[in-house]
Amino acid sequence: MALLQISEPGLSAAPHQHRLAVGIDLGTTNSLVATVRNGISVVLNDENGRAMLPSVVRYLADGSVAVGEAAQAMQSEDAANTIVSVKRFMGRGIKDVGEISRLPYRFADTPSSFATSGGSGQAASPLATSGGSGQGGMLQLRTVAGVKSPVEVSAEILKVLRIRAEAALGGELVGAVITVPAYFDDAQRQATKDAARLAGLNVLRLLNEPTAAAIAYGLDNAAEGVYAVYDLGGGTFDISILRLSRGVFEVLAANGDSALGGDDFDQRIHCWLLEKNCLSALGPQDTRLLLTHARAAKEQLTDHAETRITAVLSNGEVIDNILTQAEFQAMSQNLVQRTLQPLRRALRDAQLGVADIKGVVMVGGATRMPQVQHAVEEFFGQTPLTNLDPDKVVALGAAIQANLLAGNRGGDEWLLLDVIPLSLGIETMGGLAEKIIPRNSTIPTARAQEFTTYKDGQTAMSIQVVQGERELVSDCRSLAKFELRGIPAMVAGAARIRVTFQVDADGLLNVSAREMSSGIETAITVKPSYGLSDAEITRMLQDSTQHAQDDMQARSLREQQTEAEQLLEAVQHALELDGDLLDQAERTRIETRMGALRNTLQLADHLAIKRAVTVLNDVTVGFAQKRMDKSVAHVLAGKNISELEVK
Amino acid sequence: MAITLTENAAKHVRNFIAKRGKGVGLRIGVRTSGCSGMAYKLEFADEAASDDHQFTSHGVTVLVDPKSLPYIDGMELDYTREGLNEGFKFSNPNVKNQCGCGESFGV
Repeated sequence: MALLQISEPGLSAAPHQHRLAVGIDLGTTNSLVATVRNGISVVLNDENGRAMLPSVVRYLADGSVAVGEAAQAMQSEDAANTIVSVKRFMGRGIKDVGEISRLPYRFADTPSSFATSGGSGQAASPLATSGGSGQGGMLQLRTVAGVKSPVEVSAEILKVLRIRAEAALGGELVGAVITVPAYFDDAQRQATKDAARLAGLNVLRLLNEPTAAAIAYGLDNAAEGVYAVYDLGGGTFDISILRLSRGVFEVLAANGDSALGGDDFDQRIHCWLLEKNCLSALGPQDTRLLLTHARAAKEQLTDHAETRITAVLSNGEVIDNILTQAEFQAMSQNLVQRTLQPLRRALRDAQLGVADIKGVVMVGGATRMPQVQHAVEEFFGQTPLTNLDPDKVVALGAAIQANLLAGNRGGDEWLLLDVIPLSLGIETMGGLAEKIIPRNSTIPTARAQEFTTYKDGQTAMSIQVVQGERELVSDCRSLAKFELRGIPAMVAGAARIRVTFQVDADGLLNVSAREMSSGIETAITVKPSYGLSDAEITRMLQDSTQHAQDDMQARSLREQQTEAEQLLEAVQHALELDGDLLDQAERTRIETRMGALRNTLQLADHLAIKRAVTVLNDVTVGFAQKRMDKSVAHVLAGKNISELEVK
Repeated sequence: MAITLTENAAKHVRNFIAKRGKGVGLRIGVRTSGCSGMAYKLEFADEAASDDHQFTSHGVTVLVDPKSLPYIDGMELDYTREGLNEGFKFSNPNVKNQCGCGESFGV
């Protein structure tokens, strides 16, 4: 007969209706699957008792696929077909992956995932300017088994975990919670979801890794307060500040370094070995060999004062060195220090001090290193939580969340709130980025803002969705572009277009646009243009603070220019229609002022433009009045012409 | 008659209750559902009802409501591992037939 698990009171599942749900930590280096059994979250091991599945996928010529240890073993022999750390490529284009030449893969970029068409027909589409950079699709990898996308590669890993879970739980899964770094952008989250779907998993929710870790530690049952999650993984570092209040988790801030992890510590030992033995330019096989030994030495030093490294290189040379804990600490000190900078930034983003942090959770195998624990302890002035296995803590938390979402636990349900790492907005006239959802907004969220047409008779609007902190679109990242068509022809400024941004609980973005006066709503699917790396997010954030002053100037200038252009157009239009109302002297005066304004437009001086705009406005007051007298029965005296146009 | 646990099952139950942090014991019962008429209920118990039958087996308190008892009296609860899966298994002397997977049964 089937094996039974103990349920919470009143929650026994009906026969054949077990709601089996798992949590999956889809890691850069290793992946794990966990579930809640008999009320306890446990990691599910494979038939050999191993919990961690190396995130390595090897494609073979016969079309078969090896995942995990088997693939990892062939990493150096068959590097081109053995994909490691595929997580770095999720939702990224070739341009986003900087170190391409150092990787042993054959890449193939794919064309843009959406058309960047401008307006057509009579649809004036003034918002369509070339926006952000790098709108390429996700990169692809050429393997012996054909071209594979990172989504497909990740799906292979997830498939192995799904099969493991189904064997361990004796039934089909209702769904899974998959964790992603708090920093993952829309494209990366979408790619993760796609991979899960491809692997035959129903995604209950994407959960931020730090939040999962906090849940694993039961912080959701702990006292209210602010917690920090310090996650030093194989290749990435993330710090998140979470606030727990009334049973609700909210990610206050997230920061990190996408190019810092446990592997860098291995690299330091590797370099030290090269130096000690006067070696240079080893072949890939020897490099791998030494790195493996370096890693083993690092792990040894966690609870030993010193370790001996012995290896035989392919040319017969023998390596035999003793590495002490003190030496290792000295050579890795700046790596540990590098984690503290993002920590300070995250605290600053959250507008908190060290004293506000109630607890610190350690995640990632690299946090086992004593020097890391000491540095964190010193920084926060308290001992971090380390009693759960830092490699498993994220998966354990994801499993608890999955169990809850599958409906296996009643009552005390919590809602998880995360934040958006970078502001989301659209491009407006003049190449300015109008932020609709500011950075660090909690999700799920929905916000709407109204926009209008820029030209008379404009029947379409091109909407470019951008992500970033800078004022100019060209400095932000373009996520998607779409068009709203069928706007009834009206004078400029009369149409009211409501643009709604919706970010769901998984952090995925939906944008819709609706013309309010006519009720026309175009069904729009926003496909994210894949690619915004952690490093880029960090860089964009830094840029935004460094360029704050420039940006403000640039913004004022563009705003003035836009206003001036609009005014010139309105006056020109009025002259064409009602020029006969003016005598020659009046007309000349207006035209002179228009010329003067056009000239100042060339200058990058927003104050000069502003003055010229005011002058032109002033000289057209009389004209505006005449036009009004002519066409409208009731008089709107004293208004200038541009106000008249807007009605 | 009584409900008993094997020593292995009792060890696991004690362990689960300890990790759960609360609970007075295990509640076992039946309810009418499933393809063969009845289904087992296996839950943590946070409190005993006044009319519960109480059994103690290897240090674990087992609570059974009076309506369920006739269907499961004399039953033994074991904990086993089958491949990657592990969990509790009932051997119920009252069962006359059961569905293919054994999740529901008739008496």
